[in-house]
Amino acid sequence: MRITEHPIISFPRRESVPFTFDGQPLEGMAGEPIVAALHAAGVRILSHSMRHKRPRGLFCAIGNCSACLMTVDGVPNVRVCVEPLRAGMDVRTQAGRGELTW
Amino acid sequence: MVKTEIAVVGAGPAGLMAAISAAKAGCRVLLLERSPYMGGQLIKQTHKFFGSKAEYAGERGSDIARILIDEVNATPGITVWDDATALGYYPDGVLTVRRRGEFRTVQPQRLVVATGAAEKSLVFPNNDLPGIYGAGAVQTLMNVYGVLPGKRLLVVGAGNIGVIVAYQLLQAGVEVAAIVEAGPQTGCYKVHADKVRRCGVPIFTSHTVKQATGGDCLESAVIWQLDGNWQPMPGTEKEFAVDGLCLAVGLTPLTELLWQAGCEMQYVPELGGNVPLRDEAMRTSRPEIFIAGDVAGVEEASAAMVAGKIAGLAAARDLGINSETLEAELAEAKEQLAALRSGPVSAKIRSGLAKVALREVG
Repeated sequence: MRITEHPIISFPRRESVPFTFDGQPLEGMAGEPIVAALHAAGVRILSHSMRHKRPRGLFCAIGNCSACLMTVDGVPNVRVCVEPLRAGMDVRTQAGRGELTW
Repeated sequence: MVKTEIAVVGAGPAGLMAAISAAKAGCRVLLLERSPYMGGQLIKQTHKFFGSKAEYAGERGSDIARILIDEVNATPGITVWDDATALGYYPDGVLTVRRRGEFRTVQPQRLVVATGAAEKSLVFPNNDLPGIYGAGAVQTLMNVYGVLPGKRLLVVGAGNIGVIVAYQLLQAGVEVAAIVEAGPQTGCYKVHADKVRRCGVPIFTSHTVKQATGGDCLESAVIWQLDGNWQPMPGTEKEFAVDGLCLAVGLTPLTELLWQAGCEMQYVPELGGNVPLRDEAMRTSRPEIFIAGDVAGVEEASAAMVAGKIAGLAAARDLGINSETLEAELAEAKEQLAALRSGPVSAKIRSGLAKVALREVG
């Protein structure tokens, strides 16, 4: 959910861009962190813990805590709380630790 | 290899002030910031600051960030690297950096570390459910990106951060079920507590979280009362149907770079965790490394700005710049910092600082 009215902050409307979350088409604002677009679309579960597969959501939002690691355009362990959204991104929940492709 | 006189790691309130004061003293400064933007956590502080005119009292934190960023951009001698994460600092004086995906090396003559702090969590069953956020995350999400963290939240911690965030939630149109504080009194300025109470938000002191419940995401939270020995009292439980829980239970300094660089560290609970020893000029046990802001001990942004000024000036002086103006500014900043910490609220900070003081030799 996005804030539409606020007594002291005005949020500039940015260009709306398409991206996918686990293959499902969604829209977000260009340049906002991926997680802001996911949250605005109602997606709160970003990953699962390694051993017990417990759902993980946003915790720190500034790139410190690693609760939000996802696979973006094939690259694993992307901190979606700080990674800017671009048109056409393929965002996926990640299974396990992720594989390096090089 | 990039050579510079002073490298500053972190462009929050402390790092911005360190860069500005060192550059104005005549040094070439490289300012490193891991985010794509400067300002650190000031950019989400939409409330007006207290303190004195010298620390921009009366301005909103987000406006102070803009003022300082403009000054950085207008000050000759400062080079800014955004999207640049400092990785390590080595005995040969080389700072390694990942900048925009590339590995870079920097050789500064002096280093100012102003890396800030990270949010603490709280132990209770299901404290990892999505919907349970650090207070900073709630602020970032709603004040910077304009996205709501939930429809109805419970706030844990009635220090300044918890109570201010509760008010900001109300401003954004979110319902705040209650504020829960383990201590027998709120730890915030009274004016902040009064504001949320007037809006009808109850503050439960001597209470803590018993557990969170939910399937894949948070659905409710149960709190219970603590007795005089901080022990929970069965039978006093209250349950709140909430889709969000905001933990404002303190911060801990982000000291990885200082540990790695070999600075002498000490665990000081009053300052939020492990912090480096330092002298009055903010110099650590490694003579070329200075510190400022929350990495030196968790306080608030006004103190971070003044400490940043001290570190920047002291590092410049250390490079041989000596002028009466610099000495006067340094002395004034030290007095200003002492004045900020002089009140009863800062007793904890003062006792913490006494445990990590080095004698100034420079």
